[in-house]
Amino acid sequence: MSRYRIKLDKDRCIVCHSCEVLCKVKNETPEGISLNQIMAEPQVSEEGYPRLKIKYQPCLHCKKPECVPACPTGALYIREKDGLVLVKDELCDGCMECLEACPWSVPRFNEQTGKMIKCDFCVDRIDSGLEPACVTACTTHALRFVEAKQKSTAKKAA
Amino acid sequence: MLINNMEDIMTIEKKFSVCGMCTVRCPIQVDMKEGDIKFIQGNPHSPLKGALCARGAAGPGLINDPDRIRTPLIREGERGQGKWRQSSWDEALDYVADKLKTVIKEYGSRSILWSDRGGPFRDLHQAFMKGIGSPNYCNHDATCARNVQHAAMSLFGFGRKGVLYDLKNARHVVLQTRNIFEAINVKEVIDLLDSLGNGGKMTVIDVRANVSAAKANRFLLIKPGADYALNLAVIHELIDKKLYDADFVQKWFKDFQELENFVRDYTPDWAEGKTEIKAQEIRNFAADLAAASPSVIWHPGWMNARYTDSFYVSRTIYIINSLLGSIGAKGGLPFMAKPGDCGRKGLKALAGLFPKPEDKRADGAGWKHKHIDPGPGLLHLAFKAIESSDPYPVKAYISYRHDPLMAFPDPEAQKKMLEKLDLMVSVTFSWSATAWHSDVVLPLSPYLERESIIATKNGLKPHFFIRQRAIEPRYENRSDWEILCSLAKRLGLEAMAFDSIEDIWKFQLQDTGVSIEDFDATGLVPLTDKQINFDEDKFQFKTESGKIEILAPKWENSGIPSLKPYEDKPDPGPGLFRITFGRCGVHTQGHTINNPILYEQMSENVLWINTDKASEMGIAEGDMVRVSSNNGYSGKLKAHVTSFIHPQAVFMVHGFGSEVPAETRAFKKGVADFRLMKGGMDIWDRAGGGVALQEHFVKVEKIQA
Repeated sequence: MSRYRIKLDKDRCIVCHSCEVLCKVKNETPEGISLNQIMAEPQVSEEGYPRLKIKYQPCLHCKKPECVPACPTGALYIREKDGLVLVKDELCDGCMECLEACPWSVPRFNEQTGKMIKCDFCVDRIDSGLEPACVTACTTHALRFVEAKQKSTAKKAA
Repeated sequence: MLINNMEDIMTIEKKFSVCGMCTVRCPIQVDMKEGDIKFIQGNPHSPLKGALCARGAAGPGLINDPDRIRTPLIREGERGQGKWRQSSWDEALDYVADKLKTVIKEYGSRSILWSDRGGPFRDLHQAFMKGIGSPNYCNHDATCARNVQHAAMSLFGFGRKGVLYDLKNARHVVLQTRNIFEAINVKEVIDLLDSLGNGGKMTVIDVRANVSAAKANRFLLIKPGADYALNLAVIHELIDKKLYDADFVQKWFKDFQELENFVRDYTPDWAEGKTEIKAQEIRNFAADLAAASPSVIWHPGWMNARYTDSFYVSRTIYIINSLLGSIGAKGGLPFMAKPGDCGRKGLKALAGLFPKPEDKRADGAGWKHKHIDPGPGLLHLAFKAIESSDPYPVKAYISYRHDPLMAFPDPEAQKKMLEKLDLMVSVTFSWSATAWHSDVVLPLSPYLERESIIATKNGLKPHFFIRQRAIEPRYENRSDWEILCSLAKRLGLEAMAFDSIEDIWKFQLQDTGVSIEDFDATGLVPLTDKQINFDEDKFQFKTESGKIEILAPKWENSGIPSLKPYEDKPDPGPGLFRITFGRCGVHTQGHTINNPILYEQMSENVLWINTDKASEMGIAEGDMVRVSSNNGYSGKLKAHVTSFIHPQAVFMVHGFGSEVPAETRAFKKGVADFRLMKGGMDIWDRAGGGVALQEHFVKVEKIQA
């Protein structure tokens, strides 16, 4: 696991898909591709009430990511200082081995560039002292950006 | 690929502005780099603390959309034929001004009609109409909150915005005809989730389980159209079991005895037969409300143009809130503070530049319909006046960011009414059915490319806020003030022929002690440091008695009962369903379907249908079904089969089924609920003015593969 995680407070999530749109706009992701996904499955509670089973799927930035060793060109790597799993564009040839290897199919193939693209927790924002786009403007403050062994960096959920 | 981030962060410019993706107008921060929009979030200095919904986040989708209207357009063929001539602004404005002058000369100023979607920037539009000398300023509200507005006025003497919803501090929130987690107002959503996180309770009453229901402690699946019966039974229970706030009632109610007598027979057992909600459940519910009082908000509705008795649904909701003492209470519906309550002067009204037009309104609001608020009137009745020339001819119509051909029912009937117009102008940032049917299209800048007049947000902490353009218009688009002031100049309305937005802002701010520069830091200027609370001795009801009047003289004098006996609604015939509709989180009615980013999120609507009914008809989840009306319109869409919708109802998200070819993505995608409502312009709530959009039945058939 990287130094960072994105946590979802499922009680606060209303599945409004703001996280997906924020990601799309900030990362200028091409049509048809989403780097993150919010999913909800209808359920029935014990009392017979309607409920939603909610799951948020960004990249998990695994401690031992299966995508990295699967990459034949060395484009995928773990950034040493914080464990983020990133793509070196100049090395990627779009072979999609990483996508095959990832249990959650997180990396995507960008037809416009012929290269892979993936959730990088908005590394440029992190390096500027900001939080990922999906967390920053989540409609309900349900998403939180958490640094390992530290309390949440988000103060707004209060 | 590593970015030099210090440099990057230095070149990011922040602009504070106001969202325009729905009518809420959330404060936003736009991150700019080299003249391009990089990111939009909620204004971090506002109570949103950065939060923004999907629609707001998708604002940049408007900018690069190839479907954008890039120049003024003048119709060449028949109305709706789609033959346009591109024109310069000068030509288009001259054309509109000349036509308006001709209409005024022949029929008088009153023959000009305007409609918009209300909101905090309407002062400019009202000024324009007053300047022209026409009383016929309308908004969209007959298909939205008119019933709520009139319900509040009938009890309190002030409108629905005389009080606010203190969701954050509420202990029990009831949503009935208010799908708060899908018809999103970001601050309301945050505040309600805070309340729920602190142990607050929520009850949802609906014909289907929406997202709000999935978060509720109690979900009451109600028979469509029986809401008024439920509310009467709750009032009965509160009074019968003495669960109401007797001190509050003693002090603030007029005609309580009449209310008690009226609800005597409306017992929970009676209501069970009408609503299909168990009597014991209604009793438990009423007891829970009483236990949480006065910090209870039974939301009176936002869009409540649903049934012919929706006015009474909203009115009984306000009565219940009053019985629980939650009017004026923390965690209930406290009184709304305005600049004057902060000891400050408000913005100078542009509408004050001109005298009030003397003519009566064409829609009859305020004279023929004495109980109807003449402020924004009722657009469906103004359309009727176009058709009938009664009380006088209405010959020119300007719609501003408003699409009645999609918002009001039965577009074919509407088009017939509009035939009598000599001029139909649409001021719009995106294509719409109404724009497509107009004579002239004046392309408004999308909100990220325009500034607006300064606006006031009333509330516990009133403030002024400002919309600034984040980027310059990409094409020949203009702000509303540019368009209206240019027209004003051509029509000789010198008082509002402003040359710059700064001149308008200075005019508005002249008495306030606030300067334009004060908005630089955060885009907001607070008018008070601390929350304005009204103690009970400062309550002011604007009725004649100064109390909450159960019997409303204005309504009674118009022959409309304040306490209307419950009437059953017809059940749908064999093979028929009551058509219901609503919102989802990623679209604002019809005007976002064609937004490239939101279209990608949801490009078609589906038909919710009850599991048992679907199984009788052999319909499985995802099957294609045909839904049709008795007016010849039908559409195909996928079925969503669920036990969480009442068997008498089907549901679809509103706004789909565009018939505008210029909306290249949305064109003919999904089904249009409003086209399934034959004769809908004639079915409206006489007491509250709202069009009754859920009084229609449709046929559903499985399409054989």
